[in-house]
Amino acid sequence: MANTHQIVGHSPPRKEGVAKVLGRAQYVDDISLPDMWFGATVRSTIPHGRISSINFGPDIPWHEFTIVSAADIPGENTIVHLTRDHPCLAVTNVNHVEEPILLLAHPDRAVLPAAVAAVHITYEELPAIYTIEESEKKETIIWGEGETANTFKTYLMQKNQTPVPDEVWEKADFIVEGEYRTGAQEQLYIENNGVIAEYDAEKGVTVRGSMQCPFYLVHALELVFNLPAEKCRVIQAETGGAFGGKEDFPSVIGSHAALLAMKSGHPVKICYDRSEDMAATTKRHPSRTRHRTAVSKEGKLLAGEIDFAIDGGAYATLSPVVLSRGTIHAPGPYNWPYMTVRAKAMATNIPPHGAFRGFGAPQSIFALERHMDKIAKVVGLTPEELRRRNLLSTGDRTATGQLLSDPVDMQHLLTRALEESDYQAKRKQFDRENPTSTIKRGIGFATFFHGSGFTGSGERRLNSLVAIELTPKGQPRLLVSSTEFGQGTNTILCQVAAQTLNLPYEEVLIAQPDTGHVPNSGPTVASRTAMVVGKLVERAAQSLCATLVASGNLQLGYTPEDFRRAALRYLTQHGALKAEVRYESPGNIFWDDETYSGEAYPAYAWAVYVAEVAVDTTTYAASVTNFHALQEVGKVLHPVLAAGQIEGGVAQGIGYALYEKCLWQNGHLANNQMTNYIMPTSTDLPPIHVTFEEVPSPHGAFGAKGIGELPMDGPAPAILNAIEHATGIAFTEVPLLPEDIFEHMTRISDSGTESLDPAVAGPIFSEATA
Amino acid sequence: MTTVLCTINGREETIEAPPMKRLLDVLREDLHLTGAKEGCGEGECGACAVLINGDLVNSCLVPILQAEGAEITTIEGLAIDGKLHPIQQCFLEEGGAQCGICTPGMILATHHLLERYPQPTLLQIQEGLNGNLCRCTGYMRIFNAVQQAALVGVEE
Repeated sequence: MANTHQIVGHSPPRKEGVAKVLGRAQYVDDISLPDMWFGATVRSTIPHGRISSINFGPDIPWHEFTIVSAADIPGENTIVHLTRDHPCLAVTNVNHVEEPILLLAHPDRAVLPAAVAAVHITYEELPAIYTIEESEKKETIIWGEGETANTFKTYLMQKNQTPVPDEVWEKADFIVEGEYRTGAQEQLYIENNGVIAEYDAEKGVTVRGSMQCPFYLVHALELVFNLPAEKCRVIQAETGGAFGGKEDFPSVIGSHAALLAMKSGHPVKICYDRSEDMAATTKRHPSRTRHRTAVSKEGKLLAGEIDFAIDGGAYATLSPVVLSRGTIHAPGPYNWPYMTVRAKAMATNIPPHGAFRGFGAPQSIFALERHMDKIAKVVGLTPEELRRRNLLSTGDRTATGQLLSDPVDMQHLLTRALEESDYQAKRKQFDRENPTSTIKRGIGFATFFHGSGFTGSGERRLNSLVAIELTPKGQPRLLVSSTEFGQGTNTILCQVAAQTLNLPYEEVLIAQPDTGHVPNSGPTVASRTAMVVGKLVERAAQSLCATLVASGNLQLGYTPEDFRRAALRYLTQHGALKAEVRYESPGNIFWDDETYSGEAYPAYAWAVYVAEVAVDTTTYAASVTNFHALQEVGKVLHPVLAAGQIEGGVAQGIGYALYEKCLWQNGHLANNQMTNYIMPTSTDLPPIHVTFEEVPSPHGAFGAKGIGELPMDGPAPAILNAIEHATGIAFTEVPLLPEDIFEHMTRISDSGTESLDPAVAGPIFSEATA
Repeated sequence: MTTVLCTINGREETIEAPPMKRLLDVLREDLHLTGAKEGCGEGECGACAVLINGDLVNSCLVPILQAEGAEITTIEGLAIDGKLHPIQQCFLEEGGAQCGICTPGMILATHHLLERYPQPTLLQIQEGLNGNLCRCTGYMRIFNAVQQAALVGVEE
């Protein structure tokens, strides 16, 4: 086909952009159905216990309400993710604060808060646990038994399935140990979770709402209602941000609204307010990572052992796969002759944690990139030189044994990022100026990679399906379950189809994700949309074109007018045309879940991020003053959207590092408001310089790999590395708020930081050889 | 119930509502102007921002009785004869809208900013928008959109 036009790699306006700037885009709370009622949730006020009694207060006209309990569930009382441990509604026991117990619906939204407050529940309280340490002690068991007591999942990942030989530890010039922690983080999409459900005895359940993965909700409804999939219809409304927070959670709120709709006989809308959304829905898993690393005096990594633990909260949700991605990313983009990662996801009486951009990788990458700076200090190399001596390159094998056959040039990325950020000169300048300044400035960086698409055999299991149909007007329309929530799904998939079909971007349409109409192209997560679904769209477009050509209606070299005429002729002759393609696993991709080895991802994106910081020793506040983000992403499909993704992610990453702290009190999120959970505003962010390199991957649409998670991985370690340069203090935890810096600078504390003075450091680091 | 007379997007409206009903709810529920969004309900996020007598105000914090006699502009009142306002056009072209939920408030905040500072500095833009939270963009593309709108001018 004559390729006269370039759409991929250019920046047409986003497909739904006009509706958004006009304020006309319809988010779920903007939608009203006839005779619609409103729903609310009665939740546990304690972290762990048995329900003794439920009483309905006297001042509420309860006959006006529909009340749903677990007894009303026609199917199984479970929200299915990977396991079936998570009840849809609590029956006898509660395992976390805010656990749903009853549902209420009423025609008037305004009366619901008072009604929820008038339901009085008494409990027999049980001991509760809130930390990874309390969970792993197993004195109080809140989930599982025996081997699985308090443990959702464990992994053992060993390079070449070989443990680190004792003589490696014995002969190493240095053994460097460290412990690193990350806190929970709220996704803080500006649109809260919300849905509207309808029930019809004939047609089944219909739920529309704010979500990433319509077919996840279909699957959840099938079990709760004991209905076949075709009677569980899910429609994504315009979605006001997600970041993972609308991956697994819509299965909960969607099932709840549908139960109320069934019992009340009305459509029911549930839209959480901010405080309920923050208190009750999922967050990023807190983590603890312990490193033990054998290093030669030349700065070669000889072996590593990593213990990676995440706090999953009260139910498993997606913790096993979050743990998996964190495990695989824990060794980073380095060559390890020996590497062992022991990973576990633990249960606590905290509301369940779930998906959040990066999905476990930001946690383990933070630990590794802080640890690399520590190793450099111990060995006596610069952070740059230590990394240069260990970075993976083409032909090397990752810790899962994956051969890097596509070109990788981290050395070049590191050179370029440090040049563009003027790293060396700034390091010297800050070293010179800091001693006489109350503002201590520093510069630091992180080098990392992120696997694109589902982990391991995930894509093979998803077996995704994509279709393109012709509309009655002869325009191609994409049918995918991939959702738009700001990241640009609609736009890039239409670009890919338009480029493949050699049509103007405006000619290609995309259907609203409605499971009654679109095939299951898998969940909208893990950068699989650009890479995996994009590739399927490309193939479907080729197939559509081939059908039109084979029918004799279209000749190559066509104009858009020719295409439309051919499409209309085909529709007259055959009635309809739909080209459908299914995922085909590349022949050279193998993953072994048993040994945790093989091709973990079809492709990786590679990145170097550089942060400059200023720490005010009067106020103890740290701020990021400049930021450079360089990444190799295969192919930039849409430069404006891609840079916007990186900038927005870096902002979240800066929030993760310096602002966003979840304060838990007895399992309850104490700061569940935007007033006291602080995300970056327009005045808090530095200039963010985003640059891309492109080494096309054969696995993605036009060579695209993933971009969306990178900016969540890199900022936190780069910022803390810079803060160490500025202050000389090796902080080991995020978030790092002014009070944490104050704590350390004004009081000698051994928590949250560490000293490299061997007299103070004790067992944390030791020279193994005399 | 109270009766409030005000002008919304150039139209005179007579509103019957409980006096403490939030302006945001009156706009969304009574007048079906759903462009203003509720993000936090406590004046932190700016997703519900509207212009009242030319001031940028979070409509979730305004009881309807305070709107008596006011001239209110919502996002629905910004486009001219169905054509995008220059600020809307710049947000569209510069990638200033991602998920779009903060966009109506952000565009009205920009309108308010450019009324005061037709050629704003970056610092003036940052401060002018810091009552409007955006979780998607990191604000960089929004700053570009504002600068572009200042360049093309926003005279109506």
